[in-house]
Amino acid sequence: MEFLNTIVLTISITLMYSSPLIFTAIGGVLTQRSGVDNIGLEGMMAFGACGAAIVGFFAANPWLGLLAGAVFGGFLALIHAFIAVTAKGNQIISGIALNLVGLGIATFITRRLFNGAAQSNTVPKGIPKVLELLGVDKSNSRLLQSAEIDLTVILAFVIALVVWFVLYKTKTGLRVRACGEHPGAADTLGVNVTLIRYVCTTLSGVLAGLGGGVTALAIAGRFTPSVISGQGFIALAAVIFGNWRPIGATLACLLFGFAQALTVILAGTPWLPTQILAMLPYVLTLLVLMVFVDRSTPPKAVGQPYFKGQ
Amino acid sequence: MFTGVFSSTNRIMQVIVDSVPIAMTGLAVAFAGRTGLFNIGAEGQFILGQITGAIVGFYVPMPPILHPLFIILCAFAVGGLYAGFAAWLKNRFNIHEVISTIMLNWIAYYFMIFIVNMKSVKVPGSQHSPEILDTAKINFFHRDFRTTAEGQALSESSPFLRPFIRTDAGYAIIIMLITALLLWLILKYTRLGYELRAVGYNRYAAEFSAMPVKRNALMSMFISGGVAAVGGAMLVMSTSYYITMLGTTEGYGWDGISVALIASNHPIGCVFAGLLYAALKFGGLEIQSRMRAPTEIINIMIGTLVLCIALAPALPRLAERLERKE
Repeated sequence: MEFLNTIVLTISITLMYSSPLIFTAIGGVLTQRSGVDNIGLEGMMAFGACGAAIVGFFAANPWLGLLAGAVFGGFLALIHAFIAVTAKGNQIISGIALNLVGLGIATFITRRLFNGAAQSNTVPKGIPKVLELLGVDKSNSRLLQSAEIDLTVILAFVIALVVWFVLYKTKTGLRVRACGEHPGAADTLGVNVTLIRYVCTTLSGVLAGLGGGVTALAIAGRFTPSVISGQGFIALAAVIFGNWRPIGATLACLLFGFAQALTVILAGTPWLPTQILAMLPYVLTLLVLMVFVDRSTPPKAVGQPYFKGQ
Repeated sequence: MFTGVFSSTNRIMQVIVDSVPIAMTGLAVAFAGRTGLFNIGAEGQFILGQITGAIVGFYVPMPPILHPLFIILCAFAVGGLYAGFAAWLKNRFNIHEVISTIMLNWIAYYFMIFIVNMKSVKVPGSQHSPEILDTAKINFFHRDFRTTAEGQALSESSPFLRPFIRTDAGYAIIIMLITALLLWLILKYTRLGYELRAVGYNRYAAEFSAMPVKRNALMSMFISGGVAAVGGAMLVMSTSYYITMLGTTEGYGWDGISVALIASNHPIGCVFAGLLYAALKFGGLEIQSRMRAPTEIINIMIGTLVLCIALAPALPRLAERLERKE
């Protein structure tokens, strides 16, 4: 029973830690598939987390908070889209800049609103739990308590499925992929490359903002400057590891989430120092990448601005 | 802010001292960048350099001048191998260096906390490693000299020496300048540099011309990681003297990326970009105390600056369009 409980707990913690990664990684897949590189996901997550925590605190409504996170993230991504698509600037540099700006403004706003503290107050209401909504009585069962997950976990998988469906089963998806592989050819066939890239890039920010919001509302309960600390980049790793496919990226996120869960479950093991344990997700990522020798092929035109007539 | 940075020679010297580690990581990122590699891992290599500096600086007693040189050599090797590992992963397993070096950053960070936290290393009752031996320090004047009667008399009587005595100024500045010059010379005048740049411009053309692309990638990352790690070791040898348990990483590697971008990957440019960055950072602290504005402002300012750099490719086209209108 104890063993079963541990397994269930591991699974639910895995799901908890992977959900923000899944949101962000799916955003990464979308933008890269349309041909725009976005390494600013980290900053967009931080900005989204800030928006979600602030609105989640003042409105006392987690859904409004998530919405605010999406808007905040989307706003940063819109700047990125302008630089990448309209101005045809350097996408990598823009992403790095937005990482700095996103976290900077997020911390700045938080300080203004919370009396000079760099972290927000804890939100009064977190994301609703699934079993609670279903009306399951879990007061007597430790197993059910361990199995409890946030509603956003379900939402993450739904979004992954929707994006997979749109990318591979619809005409729009084909156009998006065409823009990432050969924008010139797509343009010749009447596809509006500019519009598609704008929409996909902005959506990637919206999803990263949601991911940040989930971190702030479901995991941390507040915004702090270190609440994201590298998750945007791990999501980026998941995009590459998942070979630029929504399902692959989701599986990669689950793996990272599992490594995180292991550090929680194994914490307190006497022969394993906490710091070595904390390295685990990153070591595991490298090992997995090495074992599954990847023939990963990025979208051909990713990172390159499109000039009409070339 | 500018009164903050330029109000006295001490402050100017402080900015120069602060610019050294940032310029070193900037040089590291820029050098790899010239070969078409994006070394996001300068952070981790820098941390390994700090660990090497703190450990070799305390546990390996050596005569004065040899000690810092030995530390620099060790740090270069350790950082080089760490970055070289990322290049090997790319060559052998086709793992993108952006992904591997980010993972290696976190591994290095937790490794540092692990080392500091070891019973045999941590100073009892503190959160840091023991202070390095005096032989390993590379300041022009020992820090204690500042408070001695002799030191105060000298800094009062000589306005020229004062900034050297009252700050942590040291040989790190000279080593950083030499590094910048060397990297520039390597890139511009050696066969290796030519090949590295060729790979950066067009990997396939370089491969077609029978250049050893994979070996060059390894070489480029080795040098890049070594430079970043020497920056970390020099920070320990001239300013911090030990490594601490930090809540988050200090971010010198990330600063280095911005520096390399501002300098558009030119080694000499990195020296000036490092100065600019340090002036903003140091001036930022001044803003904080005078206007009670927080340090995030610096992040926002530098971010905006880098954002403008991202827009730079648009300028020629904009100019062309304006010309056509006339």
